Order: sequence, then C-alpha cells, then structure tokens
Amino acid sequence: MLEAFLSSSIGMATPVLLAAIGELLVEESGIINIGIEGAMLSGAFFALAVAYFSGSTALGLGAGMAAGAAINALLAVLVINLAVNQVVAGTALDIFAVGITGVFYHKFFGITGKAFIVPLIPKLRLGPLADIPLIGPALFHHNFLVYVTIALVPATGFLLWRTRYGLSLRAAGERPEAADALGLDVYRLRWQALLASGVLAGLGGAYLTLAYAGTFVENISAGRGYVALAVVILGRWKPWGLAAASVLFGAAMALQFGLQALGTTIPYQLFLALPYALTLAVLAIVGGQAASPSALGEPYRRP
Amino acid sequence: MIVSSLARALGAVVLAAAIVALVLLALGASPIGAFVALAEGAFGNWYALTDTVVKATPLVFTGLAISVSFSGALWNIGADGQLVAGAIAAGAIGPWLGGWPRPAAIAILLAAGAAGGALWGGICGWLRARRDTNEVISTIMMNFVAAQLLSWSVHGPLIEASRAYPASTPIAESAHMYMFFSPSRLNLGIVLAIALAVGCYLFLFKTAAGFELRAMGRNRRAATFFGIPTARLTILILTVSGAMAGIGGAVQVSAITHRLYEKMSPGWGFEAIAVALVARLNPIGIIFSSLLFGALDNGSQAVQRGQGVSAELVQVIQALVIIILLAFDTPMFDRLRNSLSAAARPVSRTTTTELSDA
Repeated sequence: MLEAFLSSSIGMATPVLLAAIGELLVEESGIINIGIEGAMLSGAFFALAVAYFSGSTALGLGAGMAAGAAINALLAVLVINLAVNQVVAGTALDIFAVGITGVFYHKFFGITGKAFIVPLIPKLRLGPLADIPLIGPALFHHNFLVYVTIALVPATGFLLWRTRYGLSLRAAGERPEAADALGLDVYRLRWQALLASGVLAGLGGAYLTLAYAGTFVENISAGRGYVALAVVILGRWKPWGLAAASVLFGAAMALQFGLQALGTTIPYQLFLALPYALTLAVLAIVGGQAASPSALGEPYRRP
Repeated sequence: MIVSSLARALGAVVLAAAIVALVLLALGASPIGAFVALAEGAFGNWYALTDTVVKATPLVFTGLAISVSFSGALWNIGADGQLVAGAIAAGAIGPWLGGWPRPAAIAILLAAGAAGGALWGGICGWLRARRDTNEVISTIMMNFVAAQLLSWSVHGPLIEASRAYPASTPIAESAHMYMFFSPSRLNLGIVLAIALAVGCYLFLFKTAAGFELRAMGRNRRAATFFGIPTARLTILILTVSGAMAGIGGAVQVSAITHRLYEKMSPGWGFEAIAVALVARLNPIGIIFSSLLFGALDNGSQAVQRGQGVSAELVQVIQALVIIILLAFDTPMFDRLRNSLSAAARPVSRTTTTELSDA
C-alpha cells in the first residue's frame, strides 16, 4: 500500500517536474511563461494522436515535444519580438490549446466513437535496485521518462550555474540591458529558453497520455502546467527544490486516488487544495520576489 | 477614439474568424455552414437571442473585474476563482433565506457573493501589496483552491438532502432572481451588470481614485513617487474586482442554477480577458464585447450539434482575438499602419499619430 502510494507519487510528480524544469529555464531568462499549461496540453494531445496513427511511441513523444515547442514559438514571437504582455499572451495560448486540442480531438475521435487508446510506455526495473524493500518499487520501477526527468534535475543545475551558457541565460533574466551591452543576444537566449521549455512541457504532456493515461480526454493536463508555476516558486528556483515540490504535489494527487479507493470519508479535495494553499502560505511568509530573477516578466526592447 | 477602437476590435474579430475558417477548411468542415449555424444559434430565434444575453451576463461581471484590475496593471488571472467563491457563498446562504421578502433575500444573496469574491481577490491584493508576491501566481492558485472548495462543498457540507448527487441544497425561492419574458431565461442580472458597468466607468474616468489607478497602470513606480498610495490601491482594487466577479457567481446561482454544482464556471474568468481586451478595458465597451462572446458561446452549441465541429472552436476564436489585439497594440503594428497610410497618401502623418497616441 505504502509502496504503491510512493510509486504513484513519483509517477504523478514526473510530468509536473518536467514542465517545472522548463519553466525554471524560461524564468531564469526573464520570461514568465503562463502558456506552459497550453504547451503541456498540446503535447499531450499531439503525442497521443501521432502515436495512435503511426503506431510508434517514439514518434508520439517527438510529436509531443514538437507541439510544445510550437506553442512556445508562437509565444516567443509575441513576448520577445513584439514585447507584448507576457501574462496575457500566455493565458491566450492556454485558451488556444484547450480549443485546438478539443476541436481536433472531436474531429478525429468524437464522431467515429473509436477507442482512442495506445499501449503505455513499459516500466523498467532497474536491476537489483528495484528489489530494495519500499524504496525499490517506489524509485526504481518506472518508465524511462521518470529516470530521464530525475537525471535532468542535476543537469539543469549544472547548466544554469556551472556553464558560461547558464551565466548568459541568467544575465538575460537579471539585467537584460547589461547582458546586451556585453554583447549577449538577449532575444536569442530567451527564444532558446522558451523553445527548450516548450519541449519539456510537451514531453510532460506526452507523459500524461503515453505513460500514464494511455488515452486522451479533454483538458487532460488539468492545470498541471499552472502547478509547475507554483512548483518553481515553492522550490525557490533551485532544481532539487523543484523536485521536492513536485513530489509534494504528486503525493497530494496520489493521495486523492488512494483515499477514494479506500472509500474513506476524509475529503480528498482538501488534499488537492493543500499544495496550492501551501504555495500561497509560503508566498505570504517569505514574500514572493526575493528569489526570482530581477527582470522576470518585463518585456525587453533592444535600445 | 471610439471609432478607431471599434475598428480595431472588429478587425481582430474578422481576422480571427478568417483564421478559424482556414482551420475549418483544414478539418474538412464548411466554414460558411459553421458561421451560419453559429449566427442562427446565437440570434436565430427568440430563445437563442435571449439566451445570448443570459450567457453574456457572467462575462460582464468577470469582464469588469478584469477591466478594473488590468487598468491598474494588476494582472488578475483569478476572476474564475473569484466568481466561484462568490457562487459558493451565495449557494451556502441561499437555503436559509426562506422567510425574507424577495428584494431583501436577493440583496443578501448578492452581498454574500460579493463578500466571497472580495475575500478571494483581497487575499491576492494583500499578498501583492504587503508581501511583494506576483498576483498572477496567487490569483491562479486561488482558482484551484476555489475549485476544490466547491467540489468539497457539494460533496460534503452543502450536499442536497438525498445525498445522491454532488449538488447543494436548492436556494430558497425568495432568493430567486426576477425573471423577464418567461419562458426565456432573461433576468434582472443583466440590468445589474449594466448598472455596475456604468459605475465602473464613472469610477475609472470621473474620480480621483480612478485616475490614480490608471496612473499606477501606466507606471507603478512613478505613481508611488508622486504620492499615489499604490499599496492601498492594490488591495482595494483586487478586493473590488473580486467582489464584482463574485456577484457574477451569485447572479448565476440566483437566476439560473438555483444551487451549486461541481462545475459552476466554464471558464468565464479566462474568457473575460478576451472580453476586456476587445473593449480596450472600457467598462461600457465590456457590455458589448460580452454580448459578442455570449453570442459566440451560445452559437457554438448549435455548431456542435449541426456541423459536427466541437464547441471548443469558440476557445480558438477567443485566443486568436486576444493574440491579434495584443499584436495590434505593439509599436511594430503602428509602424506597419503608418507605412501603409504613408504609401496610400504620400504625406507624412507622423505628427498626428504621435498626438493621438499621447
């Protein structure tokens, strides 16, 4: 029971963490990406649609990442090149993704009524590690995307704080004028961050359909992109902080199903609201902006 | 000014419709058939026409919430949660209003809605003003808290007597909104919404506080420097805009649903962003842009029934309208427009453009 709960928490945390790592990259470059929910939802739908019609999970994963990147490319034109309001543009793309995935979904599957199901990405047992009691099944018996995501956590930390490229990216997010004066191309850095974030959010969406649900239902991302925004704050813009916050959200979601299965009278909605309330409480106690990049959310116009 | 705003809004809607027509063609559906079905569904008969107004009503309330907060550059993405919080408060108090005279019962119900929404918005205002917390994040978080609170309410403490369905006990009949032209669903709600829009217009453009709010929207730091109490204004405005969205939720309970269900809003708080941008944040304009989007919502059901194109098409249109309007407002578009008009008439119009922009 406990093993199942821990394992399910990690599984639920993974798509959120993927999206959150992407969000961390864009936020470090100075952009707040509210459109992340839309990138995730598009990734979820197009991953499943391509996997279904081609019969190839790999193509599906690629399509999910491409769809996320496409949504973010649209956002990049708006918020980087046209320097429009990031919050409003991002919200528009979230609405757009709900609309476009819904329209395509009904076009392909609503009318024929065919079952829209693909086989799940298989789980891998990591050798003897998976036999460790409790921890083994919880950590070492998942599909490969979970391991990729875990590996991305230190990799992101290394990229952002140990490489010249990471330094440039953070400069674009802290002092874009100064970065520009030093000869860094702020537009290009922000474009790259947004595309990378689209790929990761799209992969997170693909995880939902190809590794978790095996099918698509309307609005399947169900706010997980927004959760990723909260995870970045709760994790104080640090990769391992993000991982811990994602697991917290994952545990809350896993607990919901556990409680429903047990038929307890404990209102599971309280557990579902808890991570959001906790994020608000953290914001109220430590304040919001202290750890965030200085130029976050400010459009940069090259002088 | 009004003419150019109208041209801008219409241009955006036409352009969005053109893009949607291409999407429809790509899907193998007939754009003309879809648009005809849309228009018939929205205006084709008396019931369709009145229901367009009914569907526009919550959008006026949430649109005003967005308009007032965006005017102060307070990016309230939480009108949805504020509306739901208002609905919960109204749905909770509604069953207890049996003995009250009807006007009083309705007033209490709406006041409860306003209080619920004000609490939801006010928390975010306080977090922004006192804890330096981005209101975008806090308002989004509060959407989720409201959704879960609603779900819990209708499964738990407010569940109807038979406990068979996730719905709350019906509100007392004395708290039912005044209805017009039965059997249509037209009700006093739209009148209240219009009155509130006029109130918001007067506040924004005819009062000192409204001026201060707009100044804060232009440049918060400068506004603080000139002695405008930006922190106090932030709390006040997010509270008031939450209250307006909350009244929208209470009106919905009082006039349409008469009880709470697990889903009270199909996303009115997000649609309101499109509504407010089309109106260029002008409260009077919001009445008309709400009717436009109410018609789209209403007509989309007919498109789904008749043309086999799902009603989510409306969300594509909403999103495109927002994106196009954002692009219209950028310097790049101004340059494009200038060069086009310069090409049409070889006299420099730079000075007039600068004046009208200023």
